[in-house]
Parts: sequence; C-alpha cells; structure tokens
Amino acid sequence: MPQNARPISPHLQIYRWPLSMALSILHRATGIALVIGLLLVVWLLLALAHGPESYAAARAFCASWPGLVLLFGWSWALFFHLCNGIRHLFWDVGKGFGIAQAYRSGIAVIVASLVLTGLVWACVIAQGGAA
Amino acid sequence: MSAPGMDRSNLRTPLKDVTGLGSAKSGTHHFIVQRVTGVALVLLTIWVVGFVLALVHAGDYAHAREMLRHPFAAAWMIAFVVVAFWHAQLGLQVVIEDYVHARWFEIASQLAVKFVCAGAALAGVIAIIRVYIGQ
Repeated sequence: MPQNARPISPHLQIYRWPLSMALSILHRATGIALVIGLLLVVWLLLALAHGPESYAAARAFCASWPGLVLLFGWSWALFFHLCNGIRHLFWDVGKGFGIAQAYRSGIAVIVASLVLTGLVWACVIAQGGAA
Repeated sequence: MSAPGMDRSNLRTPLKDVTGLGSAKSGTHHFIVQRVTGVALVLLTIWVVGFVLALVHAGDYAHAREMLRHPFAAAWMIAFVVVAFWHAQLGLQVVIEDYVHARWFEIASQLAVKFVCAGAALAGVIAIIRVYIGQ
C-alpha cells in the first residue's frame, strides 16, 4: 500500500458498469453460490444412501419456502454459469472479442439462462409441484 | 535466493533476476484443467439437470434409489460430483488468490477449500456407491 500522496486512478465505483463487467463479476458470484448448491447435492446423495427418513427430510427442506427460493436461485445461477462458461470457452479459442459481439453474446447468455430456468421450473410444476 | 524484484538496493531490474532461471513449466496447467473440467461439466450438468427432474417426478425413496442403481446413472453421477468439485476448487482458488491478501488467511482458506471440496466429493462418491451396491 503506497504511503505517499501520489495521484491514484479512479476506482471501480467511478465507472459506469458495462454489461461485460457486470456479467464477469456475476460469473464469479454464481460460481461461489454453486459450490454451496453442490454441497446440497451431496447432502441429497447422502440422504438417499442413508435411508427413507433422511431422504424425506431432505425433500421436505427442498419443498419448503426457503428451500424453493434457494433452489430457484441456484437453478438460475447454474444456467447462467453454464451459458456464460460456454461464452468464455469461445473467448478462449479467440472468438467473439469485438465489443458489439461481446454485448450480443452477453445478452444471449442472460436470455438463455432465464429461458432455461423457466423451462426447468415449468417441468417441475407440470410434474405436480416440487414436493 | 532473494525474491525477484524485492531487493531494490541493487539496480538490476526484476527481469534480470529471473531470466535464465527457466520457466516453472506449469503456468498454464491450472488454466487448462479449469477449461477441461468446464467442457466436461457442460455435458455432465445437462444430464444431471434431467436426472434431478426425473427424481422430482419419481417422488418416493424406493424409486429414486432404483434410478441411481442404473450403472450409467451411477457412473455419470460419480463423474459429475468429482469433476464439479474439482472445477469448484480451481475456481475458488483463483477467487482467494485475487481477494485475500493476508498471507496466513490466504493459506488457511486455500487449505480449507481443498479439504472441503475433496471431502465432499468423497462423501458424494461413497453415497452413490452405497446406493449402487445396496440391498
């Protein structure tokens, strides 16, 4: 940390948030959230291995309001991270670096993640709810 | 060997200190493994979403166990759990490297992330195997 009073560059909060910046930090945030969701998957697997009572308890949590809110959030986080991850893979092979392209692919990721989340929950509701 | 660039009493540039020492030859390994696990997870995750929807549809405990007893389902689920926690550890490692600056806390959190990811992956795999070979 510099102790002298040199001029410093403006920090993040000065700038308008471009879409790619917002999606970049969302990619990290959803990644961290998904680790917690992954621990829930392990809990479900352990419950399935342990017995009917444990499995029923895990399902009851998933069907409760806090459980449903978490599952809904995680499902969107999953699809966002999945779609944006594919966007990153295209960048990794050198495709799509133009500013206009990055905006288009960013919007495509947002739309795709919302559509996929909607589809999954439509399936859940069509099958008679999450309980 | 002093850390390159730290000793400002001599006038050699940091570059001069490190040239000739050779590369560590592993600089891109983390990057590549993160991408390989990412590509694998695209396929693994799509199937897992479908499997979870089928579990919701199946409803009861016996039916759910029966679904996971299918060899393909068990193998795919084990692959998902292992690769997902591997990818998670690589990702969290970078987040900690970027944002945690107190050295002791950085090392402690890196260790904790590795242990939790490895432990949870093992627990998941053992649970799947228990269901698979269970009665």
